[in-house]
Amino acid sequence: METNRRQFLKILGFSTLSGLGSIPAIWALTPNSELGTPNSGKRWAMVVDMKKFKTEEDYKKCIDACHSVHNVPDFGNSKDEVKWIWKMPYKNTFPEQEDDYISGEMKQISFMVLCNHCKNPPCVRVCPTKATFKRADGIVQMDYHRCIGCRFCMAACPYGSRSFNFRDPRPFIKEKNTEYPTRAKGVVEKCNFCEERLAKGLMPACVEACKDNKALIFGDINDPNSEVRKILESNYTIRRKPELGTQPGVYYIV
Amino acid sequence: MRFFGLRPLNDSNTVRCENLSLSASNEIFTMIEKALTGDRRYWGWIFFLLSIMGTGFIFYLKQLNYGLRITGMSRDVSWGLYIAQFTFLVGVAASAVMLVIPYYLHDYKKFGKIIILGEFLAIPAVVMCLMFVFVDMGQPMRAMNMILYPTPNSIMFWDMLVLNGYLFLNLIIGWTTLSAERNDMPPPDWVKPLIYISIPWAISIHTVTAFLYAGLPGRHLWLTAIMAPRFLASAFASGPAFLIILCLIVKRVSKFDPGIEAIQTLGKIVTYAVIINLFFFLLEIFTAFYSNIPGHMHPFKYLFFGIEGHGKLIPWMWTSAVLTFTAIALLINPAVRRNENILMVSAIAVFISTWIDKGMGLVVGGFIPNPFEAVTEYSPTMPEVLITLGVWATGLLIITVLYKIAVSIKEERI
Repeated sequence: METNRRQFLKILGFSTLSGLGSIPAIWALTPNSELGTPNSGKRWAMVVDMKKFKTEEDYKKCIDACHSVHNVPDFGNSKDEVKWIWKMPYKNTFPEQEDDYISGEMKQISFMVLCNHCKNPPCVRVCPTKATFKRADGIVQMDYHRCIGCRFCMAACPYGSRSFNFRDPRPFIKEKNTEYPTRAKGVVEKCNFCEERLAKGLMPACVEACKDNKALIFGDINDPNSEVRKILESNYTIRRKPELGTQPGVYYIV
Repeated sequence: MRFFGLRPLNDSNTVRCENLSLSASNEIFTMIEKALTGDRRYWGWIFFLLSIMGTGFIFYLKQLNYGLRITGMSRDVSWGLYIAQFTFLVGVAASAVMLVIPYYLHDYKKFGKIIILGEFLAIPAVVMCLMFVFVDMGQPMRAMNMILYPTPNSIMFWDMLVLNGYLFLNLIIGWTTLSAERNDMPPPDWVKPLIYISIPWAISIHTVTAFLYAGLPGRHLWLTAIMAPRFLASAFASGPAFLIILCLIVKRVSKFDPGIEAIQTLGKIVTYAVIINLFFFLLEIFTAFYSNIPGHMHPFKYLFFGIEGHGKLIPWMWTSAVLTFTAIALLINPAVRRNENILMVSAIAVFISTWIDKGMGLVVGGFIPNPFEAVTEYSPTMPEVLITLGVWATGLLIITVLYKIAVSIKEERI
């Protein structure tokens, strides 16, 4: 019995050491998507100027522009719903700011919500296949062909930004845009900051849709001369759940 | 074709003589043969399980075709019954280690007879875990992407490693020690290190599975350092509780008696574990409600009292609570739990209670309210329940076959 226990402790010690020893080895053999991303010096970010959203039409044109260009299906029910950018009341957008005496205006207005393209994205941290990854320019992107549909990223996202294709979305796309891929059932999707348009030198679809009143401002937050930076310097802005340390890339002027 | 024959193997002498000339593969066949000989009751049970598996499989094909929309899951509650079963069953797999520690480290001989039952329960438990993760996937044909693109920053990567590792450890250990017993030989020396490694390994499967949840920002119910200890406590309650149930069934349907004292010791282990599990739960309640932080209180309020008129899980959670208290009341007095019927009832109570609490309560409760502090409720659909039953039936079939083999070998030795 004594020898057994001694033997056990010896083996336990060796196995713990070798187990711990294998961690850096596995780490080295498998390039880390999140930590290994070199920073290109650029980080795309968005400012949502809530003062500019006045009519229903102001919201609708942004949402429609995004959803039509990205082949986002409309299932007509909330259970299967897929959405990239949408409206949310103040109390849901900033639940930790709950206040009975908030101004009547704040109680009424809806905020534009979308993926925050976090600097420290929890979704990227948990994805077991690197199907969701952070690019050098800060965009948190999806590889629809690699996603296994485990939905760990949906559990990890503290902003409820991710949607899952619970069914084949293709029959529910009103007008197909052949410039952007449609998705298969069983994969997760979300806002991609229009990386496909940025690659062509265009602004994101939602930003372009409301360019006359400049309700959404988009640009490189690391560039001190960019429009977003100037707006951030001259306005008080807030971000969703900053206490979680995710460093969201979407700012709100209230 | 003796292998397919239904002739009972009561002539153990001839079997043992044949053994000397049998190759290793034949050894496996003669072991499997034991699972192919049984009375009417045995085959009735097997075909009952096969029919449930078949039904589940048909509905799984339907799910493959239509997508996960045939389940009750939604954008807000994106994990449901499947992942709840997975989380619970990781705990059941702990059955083995609660026998291995006393037997191999403390030389508690009374567990010698049933240790194989613990190992043979861990195997189907882990198989069910893997199956539940698989049926939950949106793109199951891409499952290999987890190996093709290994991602160590994902806890799921580590969970895959530890669960598969634990499965293989128990397969090798269980099979080798049982073959040795059958040949009246001591187990080979090389299994000993594997047995010792299986102890911390068992702890790791609970810890890593708890880490799947405990590291997510913004999910208040899950974001707690005590998640891994809670997983261990509930595992050491539900695993041995299920083992008590199985031991008492084995005792009734076969000539093999696991031994009163071994079963009573399991009862003692369950008693400690279920009390510790309750204690840990109350610690969570204290922190959430004394701190008065809304986000921390909401999931508990939803689970036990409902929020904004939503409360589908209320009856379940209170059932779980009542069962836990009943089990503790019955188990805490050694004189009472010595009665095998009472022990059986308590073990069933513990099993169901942890199944609710660590399954649906933990998983669904984590998603309600959602990140917008709004409530979207979840209840499983009929196809989802049938697929779940199909996986459970697969697990029970594996338990039945493995136990049949182990018990037949034990019976030969009486």
